[in-house]
Amino acid sequence: MSPREQENQPILAVEGLRARIGDREILKGLSLTVNAGQVHAIMGPNGSGKSTLAGVLAGRETAEVTAGTARLDGRDLFPLSPEERSIAGLFLGFQYPVEIPGVGNLYFLRTALNAQRKARGEEEIDAVDFLDFAKEKMKSVEMDPAFMSRGLNEGFSGGEKKRNEVLQMAVLEPRLAILDEIDSGLDIDALRVVAKGVEALRSPTRSTILVTHYQRLLEYVVPDVVHVMAAGRIVLSGGRELALELEKKGYAWIDEEAKRGAFAEPAQVSP
Amino acid sequence: MSDALRDLTEQKYKYGFVTDIDEDRIPKGLTEDVVRLISRKKGEPQFLLDFRLKAFRHWLTVEEPGWAHLRHAPIDYQDIVYYSAPKPKKKLASLDEVDPELRAAFHKLGIPLEEQARLANVAVDAVFDSVSVATTFKKKLADLGVIFCSFSEAVREHPELVERYLGSVVPYSDNYFATLNSAVFSDGSFAYVPKGVRCPMELSTYFRINAADTGQFERTLLVADEGAYVSYLEGCTAPVRDKNQLHAAVVELVALDGAEIKYSTVQNWYPGDAEGRGGIYNFVTKRGKAMRRSKISWTQVETGSAITWKYPSCILQGDESVGEFYSVALTNNRQQADTGTKMIHIGKNTRSTIISKGISAGRGQNTYRGLVKIQKGAENARNYSQCDSLLIGERCGAHTFPYIEVKNPTAKVEHEATTSKISEDQLFYCRQRGIKEEDAVSMIVNGFARQVLKELPMEFAVEAQKLLGMSLEGSVG
Repeated sequence: MSPREQENQPILAVEGLRARIGDREILKGLSLTVNAGQVHAIMGPNGSGKSTLAGVLAGRETAEVTAGTARLDGRDLFPLSPEERSIAGLFLGFQYPVEIPGVGNLYFLRTALNAQRKARGEEEIDAVDFLDFAKEKMKSVEMDPAFMSRGLNEGFSGGEKKRNEVLQMAVLEPRLAILDEIDSGLDIDALRVVAKGVEALRSPTRSTILVTHYQRLLEYVVPDVVHVMAAGRIVLSGGRELALELEKKGYAWIDEEAKRGAFAEPAQVSP
Repeated sequence: MSDALRDLTEQKYKYGFVTDIDEDRIPKGLTEDVVRLISRKKGEPQFLLDFRLKAFRHWLTVEEPGWAHLRHAPIDYQDIVYYSAPKPKKKLASLDEVDPELRAAFHKLGIPLEEQARLANVAVDAVFDSVSVATTFKKKLADLGVIFCSFSEAVREHPELVERYLGSVVPYSDNYFATLNSAVFSDGSFAYVPKGVRCPMELSTYFRINAADTGQFERTLLVADEGAYVSYLEGCTAPVRDKNQLHAAVVELVALDGAEIKYSTVQNWYPGDAEGRGGIYNFVTKRGKAMRRSKISWTQVETGSAITWKYPSCILQGDESVGEFYSVALTNNRQQADTGTKMIHIGKNTRSTIISKGISAGRGQNTYRGLVKIQKGAENARNYSQCDSLLIGERCGAHTFPYIEVKNPTAKVEHEATTSKISEDQLFYCRQRGIKEEDAVSMIVNGFARQVLKELPMEFAVEAQKLLGMSLEGSVG
């Protein structure tokens, strides 16, 4: 990391985050700081709370935040609606992108971009200019323009849906991209294309969080920091090599260690 | 459901203003004398009075149908004023002479009545309550031999055409509401497109119910002669009234050999308030008769009225005739719609397509009711039906009653149906991309209805899209 980047304020700062779904606490005092220009990977076994974290940051209502803070560029995220968080620069790449029949892909993309531009007081982009802009972006994810006139994700394969997520990210140019298992269900070719798209968006003014179960994606998008989540907290952080170690040893030992209390309970943040 | 949607308050009905104009009214109630009075006031020829009287006498012997999936307070037919017309001051020579109040009312409705309308390529025959007050571009159309005027004028100027086709598709005895209409209709629109003429502009009528307690009974008759083509737009609005108002229209289409009629409706009459008070009771009979190689296409976007009872149908009488029905019906709050179509295949090689999209929100109840009937002689008849329902929220309902009667073994009839809900996941996905929740709902609904909306003429399609979004405001929660 260059000294100039280190001087940057963190783009995302999460402290002491607790959240529950119903009676079950899923996030148990999680803290995480992601600086500008960085790519972080969050790994961990199923049920460790990775997707809940992504959802909570984006404003999904399935989980309820009970303690802690999350700031995007210093701004408290939790009072904001999902659309306000989006406009503030938070992008969530979905593990299971939804289908919306009859709503054209290109139309959806332009509506989203214009909603953001409008909220920022910028001029809306017209259909003709947008088409040129979008075509450029489509190339970066090797997407056939024929997809654009189809309904949003309607009848797309798993790989096409994920590529479409990356395309949306490329169009919206977020400040913080959280990609939730963007690699799941992809064959090796699709994985390469998706990774290329993610890598292309790496920038000194942007942060990316890759939520993933496998380290395979990290061969293509090399992370600056790797975190391991277990039982609702980040229990280990390290460099690229941590991902390789996990690959070798699996997740079982993390769960064992966590159960034994090897990872100390982090300090509670006073409300 | 999130607060953003819950907080959206009910959109106040945009067209809820009342125009203060002197009216010529007759007392409430329906008797044979009232029927005669209507006919006399309009100076009608004997054949029309006879038609009315036959209908009235038949009406006395029939009962209001109860088979529809609808619930409403009983209608008191003696508590309705059957004729109301703005008092004519003098014969008008040009649009400038139209009552300024009336012009202002049209202006609020956004009707392009002035000369600009020519640029918009729309000829408007405006029906204000019962009497048509202005007809534009008649001259341009007349040069082609196209007749487009109010029904009353057609009775005066072209009685032979009216006599020949009136009741030829919807007989006076057809059903309770059509019979009532046949007895008391006061005005409506008439169009005739001569042989081989392609009508160069979309013919457009705006109906408006204004006077309190006035049931409106329009009568529309369109005839496309051999090889002719016409596209007709019908848009409807009505101001807010506390009391339910009955509306029982009849539309008859005649497509002679090789003709094509495209009939598009956007109906946004007052739907009543969130508790179901007020609103229009809309009992409409629309039917077309298609002769050899002709085509009739109905497209409707129904977002208004407290009660909608409407089945635009095609009698595919001629060989190789084609019938189409594209429908979007939206019910919100306490609205109820029982709508669909009938495709009656009589001729050989007849084809029909039905695409119905029902959207239910609030406590709305939406019913598709359709009949596909293949008669004995209809060799190689084809039908494709698709009925999709979209539910918004937990308290609405969608119902489908498809009837299929096939009497010829060579027929091919397909029926597909789906029911879906707008999911929290879809809404969250849109919002995560920066799109506000109400815009997301509107976008999803428009996507759902796209197959139908694309059948509408361009300027109507844009209106219809806005209307769908508007009608859904405050629908979820």
